[in-house]
Amino acid sequence: MPAPVAAQTESRSHHRSSVILVFCCTLIGATAQLLIKSGSAHTGKGGFVGTLLAILTHPPLLLGYFLYAVNTALMVLALRKGDLSMLYPIIALTFVWVTILSVMMFHDELNPYKVIGLIAIVSGVSVLGRGRKA
Amino acid sequence: MKTSPQAILLVFVSSFLGSFGMVFLKAGAGRLERNLKSLLTNYWLMAGIATYVLSSVLYVIALKSGELSILYPMVSLGYIWALIWARIFFKEPLTPNKFVGLGMILIGIACIGAGSTH
Repeated sequence: MPAPVAAQTESRSHHRSSVILVFCCTLIGATAQLLIKSGSAHTGKGGFVGTLLAILTHPPLLLGYFLYAVNTALMVLALRKGDLSMLYPIIALTFVWVTILSVMMFHDELNPYKVIGLIAIVSGVSVLGRGRKA
Repeated sequence: MKTSPQAILLVFVSSFLGSFGMVFLKAGAGRLERNLKSLLTNYWLMAGIATYVLSSVLYVIALKSGELSILYPMVSLGYIWALIWARIFFKEPLTPNKFVGLGMILIGIACIGAGSTH
C-alpha cells in the first residue's frame, strides 16, 4: 500500500537533510584529521598528560579535536531521522577529502590506485544517497 | 614497514567498537529532547561517545604500526558491522542501493589503501 503523500514528502526531506548533515561531517572530519596531522609533531611521546597538554597549548590540535566534537554532534542529529545503514558508509567520503587535500597540502603522490579509489567511493556514496526505494 | 598481527587485531577491534558506537549514538539520538537535563542523563549518547573515542584511539595506535594498504580496507569492516546491527536493532530495510553503494565504497577504500604504500 503506498504511503500518504504528505508522509512520503516528509520522509524524503528528512532523508535529504540527514545526508547533507553527514556530508558536512565528512568535510569537517577531513579538516580535523589534517589539522591533527599537521600538529602531530607537537604531541611527541609525552604520555597521556603530555599529549593532553600539547593539545591544549597548540591551536591546530585544539581546533582539530574541537571539530571532531562538532562532527559527533552533527552525526547524532543526522542519525535522529536517517538510517544508520545508509548514513554510516557515507562517512567514507572523508577518505576522499583527506586524499585530495593531502596531495594539495602535503604533496602526497596521486597514483592510479588512489584515483580509482576516489571515483569508486564517490560513486558508491551517490548510490547510497539516492534514497530509499524500499 | 611490516604490519604486525597486533595492528591488524587493533583495527579489527576498532572497527567493531566504532560500529557499536554508532548504534549507541543512534539509540541516544532517538531519545533526544530539548532540555539540558535529558541531554546529561542520555546514557546511550555517552556510551556512544565513549565507544567512539576508544575506537578512534585504537585506530590511531594501529595506523602508526602498520601498512595503510592492509589496515584501510579493514576499517571499512565497520560499515559492514553497522549494516548488520542496523538490521537487527533498528529493523532498517536493506535495499539494493545500500548493498551496491557499500560494495563500491569498500572497493574504493581498498584501492586508496593499495595506492598508499610507500
